[in-house]
Amino acid sequence: MLSFIGRRASHSIISVMGLLALVFFLTRLTGDPSSLFLPLDSTAEARAAFARLHGFDQPVYWQFLQYLRDLLSLDFGESVRQNRSAMAVALEAFPQTLKLAVVAMALSTILALVAGSLAAARPGGLFDRAVTLVSLSGASAPDFWVAIVGILVFAVTFELLPTSGTGSYLHWILPIFVLMLRPFGLLVQVVRGAMLAALASPYIKTARAKGLPRQKIIFGHALRNSLLPVITVAGDLTSGLINGAVIVETVFGWPGIGKLMIDAIIQRDFAVVQSTILVTATAIFILNICIDILYAVLDPRIRY
Amino acid sequence: MTAITNAASASDPAGRARTFFNCLKRDRLALAAAIFLVILAIATLAGPLLIGDMAAKLGLRQRNLPPFSLDHGWLYFLGADTLGRPILARLVVGAQNTLGIALAAVVTSMLVGGVLGLVAGYSERWYSQVIQRLADIIMSFPSLLLALIVLYTLGPSISNLIIVLALTRIPIYLRTTRAEVLELRERMFVSAAKSMGARPLRIVLRHIAPMALPTLLTIAAIDFATVILAESSLSFLGLGIQPPEFTWGAMVANGRGYLATAWWISFWPGLAILLTTLSLNLLSSWARTMADPQQRWRLQSLRKASR
Repeated sequence: MLSFIGRRASHSIISVMGLLALVFFLTRLTGDPSSLFLPLDSTAEARAAFARLHGFDQPVYWQFLQYLRDLLSLDFGESVRQNRSAMAVALEAFPQTLKLAVVAMALSTILALVAGSLAAARPGGLFDRAVTLVSLSGASAPDFWVAIVGILVFAVTFELLPTSGTGSYLHWILPIFVLMLRPFGLLVQVVRGAMLAALASPYIKTARAKGLPRQKIIFGHALRNSLLPVITVAGDLTSGLINGAVIVETVFGWPGIGKLMIDAIIQRDFAVVQSTILVTATAIFILNICIDILYAVLDPRIRY
Repeated sequence: MTAITNAASASDPAGRARTFFNCLKRDRLALAAAIFLVILAIATLAGPLLIGDMAAKLGLRQRNLPPFSLDHGWLYFLGADTLGRPILARLVVGAQNTLGIALAAVVTSMLVGGVLGLVAGYSERWYSQVIQRLADIIMSFPSLLLALIVLYTLGPSISNLIIVLALTRIPIYLRTTRAEVLELRERMFVSAAKSMGARPLRIVLRHIAPMALPTLLTIAAIDFATVILAESSLSFLGLGIQPPEFTWGAMVANGRGYLATAWWISFWPGLAILLTTLSLNLLSSWARTMADPQQRWRLQSLRKASR
């Protein structure tokens, strides 16, 4: 088990390093940050001093080597905009996104399991068709548009919910709902497909023949065996949730890591971009490990 | 032998098309989706001939004109935006950009991903490893963030948008092709070609690639909806297409500031995106059922059985 985690960690470190290198050189191509941070009429000396202060006067490959060296001593660089450690900025925003992601993912998984199983119990029935339409709509809806329409209906017209920001539990409803759409829509499809396959298998016939109640057959026997593909897809969707978080956080002004990253890219705050990538990639790595462990728990045939 | 196959294939297309159409009629939602997509395709291709340059025509008297009135002509039926341009006309022109960009991105990623997958699957040299590790790097990170970073670096333009969207989708085609090639290269016909002295390039292009193509086309069809959504997200965030060009996603972003006073500016283009991607997903879900021999009966024989 430990050696498995170690092997996975070394693979992930390689791809994270590759990603960091890619982003490092790409962001350096976007242009000189001093033109954004200093006033337009600042002198050439002031610009040079600013560049020297943040190391932008060195060649790019040298900057990268220095960045790697600093990484080893857990120094992730300074945010040019906020004048403090870039990692502190990223770690401050991360829990905000994590809270959103955990709630949205937990709710959509539970809902998808129930809706998908009940839909698969009577394929082609009214409930099945309704669930299919709703879930496909959820998977197809442009999330930024749903967010806007949600604000229009619930915040502007009926004034039930706040338009944006954080604070009371009311602030959570719209972001969570928008974030749930895509995972719920795709998960229902997976649950339904896996359940259809499971319900057609011989052990279900046996269970039915010995007179088990329908609820027990669906949720006790078929569902447990359909969980593995569902967990795989749920894991992928959780790391994909960051995509949705960028949109949701931008529209609802939620101070999470998605909004931080897009702001940092636009403001050319390179150290913050790299730190947010490190944090996100680490989170995704931990998530994948958890999914692998869950696999082994759910399916006794799998051993690492 | 050849006579039999010829006879079969001669009678087949018409009969198969009929079965196909009958199955489509059985699934009302899929039928509606197909009709919507046909109308959309016609409007996209022929619409600009009817509309001309109405999409760019400013009209001070029609500024923020509410929808559902025919007073200013049918083009203004869905209302007008803040500069008085008819939204219906802009939807048609926006469809060209939205669908064109998505199509170009899907085709590019399928071609590049397919070729790289053929190389990674057939060759055992070092570059095969490099290709796979690069794909891992792209896959290990949320695609929208990667696209944002690359797009901000390259600068937003239509061609860069296509490159970025294709880049994030390439690993999917690459991995699928590689998996197919790994299986196909062990088959008898490949060994036969090899023993007859065919060069690797010929084996890959002539014997392996045609066998892997159907899988890739299936993925491309499903991917089309995903790419439309990705493009509109990027354009919505302001890093996608730039004015005066526009897509549906950019139209939603434009109307965002006028939500309380003129909801229709961003509502219609978003609805257009939703209906398009929903139709694509409905059709591909129908096609999946058709392709699955265990589920196909649900679409075929129900009516006969109930009688």
